[in-house]
Amino acid sequence: MLKHIWHHPRKENCGEDCRNFCCTKIEHFGVTAGDLTIFADVNLHVHCGELTALIGPNGAGKSTLLRAILGEVRHTGQLHYVDAKGKHTGAPIIGYVPQYLRFDVSTPTSVKDIFAACLTSAPVWLFNRRRLAPRIKESLARVKAEHLMERRLGALSGGELQRVLLALALDPLPDLLLLDEPVSGVDQSGLKLFYELVGELRAKEDMAIILISHDLDMVKNYADKVVLLNKKVVAAGTPEVVLQSEATQKLLGLPSIERGQAQ
Amino acid sequence: MIEFTFEIDMVYRVMDSLLPFAWLGHAFMKNAFLAVLFITPLFGLLSTMVVSNRMAFFADSLGHGAFTGIALGALVGIFTPRTSLIIFSLAFAFLITYIKNKSRASTDTVIGVFSSTAIALGLMLMSRGGNFNKFSSYLIGDILSITPDELGALALVFVVVLITWGIIFNKLLLLSINSSWARSRGVNVFAVESFFAALVAVVVAVSIQWVGILIINSLLVLPAAAARNITGNVRQYHALSVIIAMVSGFSGLILAYYLNMAVGATIVAVAALCFFVTLLLKPQFVK
Repeated sequence: MLKHIWHHPRKENCGEDCRNFCCTKIEHFGVTAGDLTIFADVNLHVHCGELTALIGPNGAGKSTLLRAILGEVRHTGQLHYVDAKGKHTGAPIIGYVPQYLRFDVSTPTSVKDIFAACLTSAPVWLFNRRRLAPRIKESLARVKAEHLMERRLGALSGGELQRVLLALALDPLPDLLLLDEPVSGVDQSGLKLFYELVGELRAKEDMAIILISHDLDMVKNYADKVVLLNKKVVAAGTPEVVLQSEATQKLLGLPSIERGQAQ
Repeated sequence: MIEFTFEIDMVYRVMDSLLPFAWLGHAFMKNAFLAVLFITPLFGLLSTMVVSNRMAFFADSLGHGAFTGIALGALVGIFTPRTSLIIFSLAFAFLITYIKNKSRASTDTVIGVFSSTAIALGLMLMSRGGNFNKFSSYLIGDILSITPDELGALALVFVVVLITWGIIFNKLLLLSINSSWARSRGVNVFAVESFFAALVAVVVAVSIQWVGILIINSLLVLPAAAARNITGNVRQYHALSVIIAMVSGFSGLILAYYLNMAVGATIVAVAALCFFVTLLLKPQFVK
């Protein structure tokens, strides 16, 4: 909380240069698959305590950009992480919530098992990890899912699974949180809860969040910054500016913009 | 060697006083009992992740690879047959894992290609000069012919697998949920997969002679397949899988003794029975 108050007054005179408070700089990112360029020369500055929404049409390279930041796909360009004291601290701790987790729903694995496997190297099949239980409970409470601790993974609903994955991404607490919004399997109320949780996190934990979103209403309500991606950064700025820009209207179609304005 | 014989005599005496059953009277039954005691928990443990990682076909191909390993071992004769078998099985497992990760062909196809190549090579080498009968015992296995010396090797493998299983398990569990997600959590997917493949390869190599090529795969699938029908977390899954493997092992051994049938096949039949029982019980456990 203190950290939050401490660095925010400086925000105005910082601009795009983030020498004075913590941020992640993505410089000249590009990914190609064979001859095909997925995206090229993407530059992003993501500040702590800020939610950056990534929007764009299908195939714009949004998910690939997240996977490049994670280091999962080969890419050009560099990632710099600078902490609040202006020191280069190297690699940030990155939390990641995939769009959809495809897994065998018959797997006899509980939510607690997955947490224990992520948090320790003491084999889950042998130890009962009673000592971990409070920590797991706390993590799950953060996403309002503490009642799911003993539940089997395959028995979770789409929204519940998404929250459990979010809780997993938050322990250890990351510097940078990457979220790929679910497009299917989560109902509207589940999606709203997910956004509320993410909004709360941004304020409370002071972390930088990049969120791929398909719901422009939600972006309008929750994002601090919006980046329109289509093989490159087409537009970037505040939600008002980017969402009403011509480029967005052209790439994503008008209806959602009109709906946004009507509210 | 004399020391070891002395030790095994002691073990026999302990077994005589603890388990004074008629079927355990012969030394070969005592040896088989010990072999089952070492092998079946390993199959119970490994099968959990073989099933969760959808590697049943892979395990099957390892059996076929072992077949070639035996033939090559008999042919080349640089190492003892068991050593050459283990080396070949490890190389075979690494090769499949590597190609599977590199190639865009489906896993099924890659394994199918290797598996059929291995079995064809093995058959060619074994049938050379009309000596195939010499090798036919490998097909159904013969646990009753195991010697105290070989039991020592099994005990060693038992310890090694148990330790490795303690080290790599958590990463393997994440991998079994979703490999791309596991990678995003910092799991070195290829390394963990290779380790696991190596582990399965070693266990298959050291037990193939006693269990048999035709049925070794069933032991790597059935215990966990039965256990996952009625369990909801990893600890229950493991415990039940090991229990089913051991119970099938011992009851199969006893049944085979009294009914005078092949031990390996009887063990698998009992494990299959366990699977169908848990399948019937499933609606009551998993909601």
